[in-house]
Amino acid sequence: MIEARGLSKSFHDKKRGEIRAVDGVSFRCAPGRIYGLLGANGAGKTTTLRILATILEPSDGTAVICGYDVVEQPEKVRANVGFLSTATALYPRLTAQELVEYFGRLNGLDEATLKKRVEEIFGRLDMNGFRDRRCDKLSTGMKQKTSIARTLVHDPAVMIFDEPTLGLDIMTARTITTFIRECRDRGKTVIFSTHIMSEVEKLCDVIGIIHDGKLLTEGTLAELREKYGEQDLEEIFVKIVTPLQAGAEA
Amino acid sequence: MARNAVGIVYRKEFTEWVRDRRTLISTVLVPLFFFPIIMVGFTALAVVMVGKAKEETPKIMILGGEDSPQVVEGLQKVKSLEIAPYRSNWKEQISDKEIRAAVEIPPGFQDGLEKGEVKTVKIYYYEGEMKSSFGVDRIEKFLKDYRDQVVKDRLAAKNVPTSVLTPFEIHQENVAPPEKVSGATVGGFIGYMVVLLCMTGAMYPAIELTAGEKERGTMETILSSPISRMNLVLGKFLLVLSAALATAALSVMSMGISFSALRRFNMSSGRGDAAALLLKLGPKAVASIFMMALPMAVLFSAVLMTIALFAKSHKEAQSYLTPMTFLVVIPAVASLLPGVELTPKLALIPILNTSLVCKEIMTGTYHWNSIALIFGSTCVYASVALFLAFKTFQRESVLFRS
Repeated sequence: MIEARGLSKSFHDKKRGEIRAVDGVSFRCAPGRIYGLLGANGAGKTTTLRILATILEPSDGTAVICGYDVVEQPEKVRANVGFLSTATALYPRLTAQELVEYFGRLNGLDEATLKKRVEEIFGRLDMNGFRDRRCDKLSTGMKQKTSIARTLVHDPAVMIFDEPTLGLDIMTARTITTFIRECRDRGKTVIFSTHIMSEVEKLCDVIGIIHDGKLLTEGTLAELREKYGEQDLEEIFVKIVTPLQAGAEA
Repeated sequence: MARNAVGIVYRKEFTEWVRDRRTLISTVLVPLFFFPIIMVGFTALAVVMVGKAKEETPKIMILGGEDSPQVVEGLQKVKSLEIAPYRSNWKEQISDKEIRAAVEIPPGFQDGLEKGEVKTVKIYYYEGEMKSSFGVDRIEKFLKDYRDQVVKDRLAAKNVPTSVLTPFEIHQENVAPPEKVSGATVGGFIGYMVVLLCMTGAMYPAIELTAGEKERGTMETILSSPISRMNLVLGKFLLVLSAALATAALSVMSMGISFSALRRFNMSSGRGDAAALLLKLGPKAVASIFMMALPMAVLFSAVLMTIALFAKSHKEAQSYLTPMTFLVVIPAVASLLPGVELTPKLALIPILNTSLVCKEIMTGTYHWNSIALIFGSTCVYASVALFLAFKTFQRESVLFRS
């Protein structure tokens, strides 16, 4: 379970002064559901997810993940979270297996459990052919599989995906979306950010539209269609965001 | 969450470190081969060059002396000198190394000698040119011998014994043991090299483990794991420290081997006096230098990591750390200056204090109060630097600088 309560994050920029990247964002995401955070570049998606993964600390508000507070118990939160983004790269001089084992050990798995988990994941993701190959020698698809294995090794209850398919080819992106669905089917709580409408339509149970750091609306796809009188998600998005953009420019 | 998180991070960093070819160069190859190449190579080269220069018979020119045939004839008879015929462009010839020196006999020199007048003989040479200085030495020796002979002849003419010139003798004798002499001569160089190589060893891993992680995008990966930032910093820091110490240990070891090889080379080539000038790095000295290098390596590791963390890339980190090299080299070089000796005030200046104490250790001098003060003060500086490294790793503005 993820519960964000009035999350805010401000940064100081030398040229622009105080920037409020996330502004009072609240939402809930239940186990076995995928929450899609939809927004344009710079809307505050990555900052929100980094706060949930405790990589950043909120300036205000908090979030509770699996019963742990992101501000008070960040290490316990991280032990229950698998975080994957295009920015989470791999260590080039470790082999795929060494990398997965490293993160398993950091998550406190004992050697016997770790060995069992590694065998299970490598089998499931069809990684045995390159388990001893160094990460800098892997193809993009192999790297993505290794990243997935890294997030799964400690079997977290919550999965956070920050634009995980950004810049990937169709087949590799498909591996990721299949994996996200599998996570939901296994009862994990999944939060997923993107600006690709089709991915949201295909994957998400609940959609939250974020713009300028604020969560403007949320609901299932059916609820949003009914509320805004549009069938196409892109049209819904434009309908919500355009008046605000026009106001900001005025 | 892992119990031994620091150890897990350290082992992983170590694995990556030993697989990096650049590490092999900066930590192993440079300290291992730098000293033998510099010391044995350069000394052997110097011996060969000086030997060749000494073998050469310097070609010199006599200016004037037409009315002083005796001194001109004397010069011509010196076997270790070759007299070139007079040319008006003798200055150019010296500059162009066609002749090594020129000696100017003033007009009426011989006549003046007989009348007791004091005349000046001038020697022209090329300053800083080794072969020219050998030519000057030989001319000077001839002229001094000639002058002594004139004095003796004058004393004999007046029936005065030559002993009046030397009412007593002066004799200098060194009583310091050879290792102290050699320590005072080249000991400072050891401290300087240990300081410099300690920093070189720490620099590359410090960049790789901070700015390198940011550049590759692995910083976010590791920060999303349950390890605490303090354990993460500690694991990384220990690896950087290991690299610095490995470099220092290898450099001290390599120095020991180089000195020993050079000593044998000099002994076998009959240059025993040069061998006496060489250091004997005993186990006590090696252990002491290593102990003094330890807190300094901690200081370097923590400072380099902290600075490199501000950078977004390897290249940027290098541009930040290059000025650091000057900051380290200046106090290390200061320790080499003549007359700079360890005082309680200097014992508090980081780097300079370690260089100076290494110099003392090399002479076999162990001032335990100074050693304790230096060790203690460097430990304090190192702790402050480590604390700063921890604090910097907590700063989002540094970790996610865009």
